[in-house]
Amino acid sequence: MNATDAQAAALLEVLHGVPDPEVPALDIVELGIVRKVERRPDGVVVVEVTPTYSGCPAMRTIEEEIVVALRANGYERVELRTVYSPAWTTDWLSDEAKAKLKAYGIAPPEPAVAEQILVPLTATIRRAACPYCGSSNTERRSEFGSTACKAIHYCHHCRQPFEEFKAL
Amino acid sequence: MTSRTAIPSSTRPPAASASTEGSVNPLFEYLLRLGDDRLVLGHRLSEWCGHGPALEEDIALANVALDLIGQASHFLRLAGTVEGRGRDEDALAYLRDAIDYRNVKLVELPNGDFGRTIVRSFLFDAWSALSLEKLVHSSHAELAGIAAKAHKEARYHVRHSGEWVIRLGDGTDESHRRTQNALDDLWPYIGELFASDEVDKAHANGIAPDPPSLEPAWREVVSDVISRATLTLPLDGYMHSGARQGRHTEHLGHLLAEMQILARSHPGAKW
Repeated sequence: MNATDAQAAALLEVLHGVPDPEVPALDIVELGIVRKVERRPDGVVVVEVTPTYSGCPAMRTIEEEIVVALRANGYERVELRTVYSPAWTTDWLSDEAKAKLKAYGIAPPEPAVAEQILVPLTATIRRAACPYCGSSNTERRSEFGSTACKAIHYCHHCRQPFEEFKAL
Repeated sequence: MTSRTAIPSSTRPPAASASTEGSVNPLFEYLLRLGDDRLVLGHRLSEWCGHGPALEEDIALANVALDLIGQASHFLRLAGTVEGRGRDEDALAYLRDAIDYRNVKLVELPNGDFGRTIVRSFLFDAWSALSLEKLVHSSHAELAGIAAKAHKEARYHVRHSGEWVIRLGDGTDESHRRTQNALDDLWPYIGELFASDEVDKAHANGIAPDPPSLEPAWREVVSDVISRATLTLPLDGYMHSGARQGRHTEHLGHLLAEMQILARSHPGAKW
């Protein structure tokens, strides 16, 4: 590992310490919000972030926490950049991140597949596995949940409502 | 009065609208259209917060409103950059008057009942999903990036509103009647979605799709859902026009008064 790589790894490690404010089971690097981090020759740390959802209200908090975390580790000058392309997708979540979500009580996302037709019949919706009991005897109650990234389901087996990190 | 100092022209606030100065920047105008459609519909949907017919729907409408206002902020931020006169997304959202808004009339109409809100959203969402799908391939890289994100959201918005149109149309006599009435009343407002003017023609070099080119696919999606909903597709008659050029219904001014009062009463306030 050369010096630049070592530095990038150290910076990434700092950012792994910033949990997502709405899904604290995951950090912002695991979620794929941090796209790139590097220290320029002039000492400024440049962090590229991408929003998960266009209206994600946590984005500003996340940006503030990035600056706080980097400063606490001696990186005084930080520049944040918002990048839109490629668009964020739940496919960037690693298997490890998905396991953490499930352990936290949120059904992890399936691979993101774009429906061919814009308004499919409701009956074609697949069933998410319950994160508590593993049953697939579940029903989606709403594609919209407590945050933009989650859907509401109900498990008929353990009779428990649960949230799913929806595929996007 | 003689002691009053004239304001040097360089410090005068910029004119309220690009269109009032004779030289229209087509990209700026187009970005306002993209942003304003979503800002105004987002505000209308947010009016449902706490009033939804069921908790899940209350949450759904608030979620969609949040997505739309988020999309608007990205489009308007880019509009401010393109304009190059120091206006950010907040200045564009809170400090323009109705005549400078570029949204279609459809999105500024009052919500009415849940069925009417859903029909309006469906007509818009289907159009939005189809136009964003094209914008993903825009030659303007940043616009394409914002569109790619918004497109993913528009797809589940239209799934939500479209499923509701089917459920309400193919529901009870009462829900069928109300949904059909809403569809008939809103139909004269769809013309603005597909009208083309010099702003659109300036984007022929691949920045944005020509609005009329979206109409066949939109009609296909809409007639499919309408027929599954056992509703009747209205006949094309009189079509409204003019809102893209700033001629709005009286409803927009009232909406903006509510949306803008805090920002205008406390300029520059932060919390």
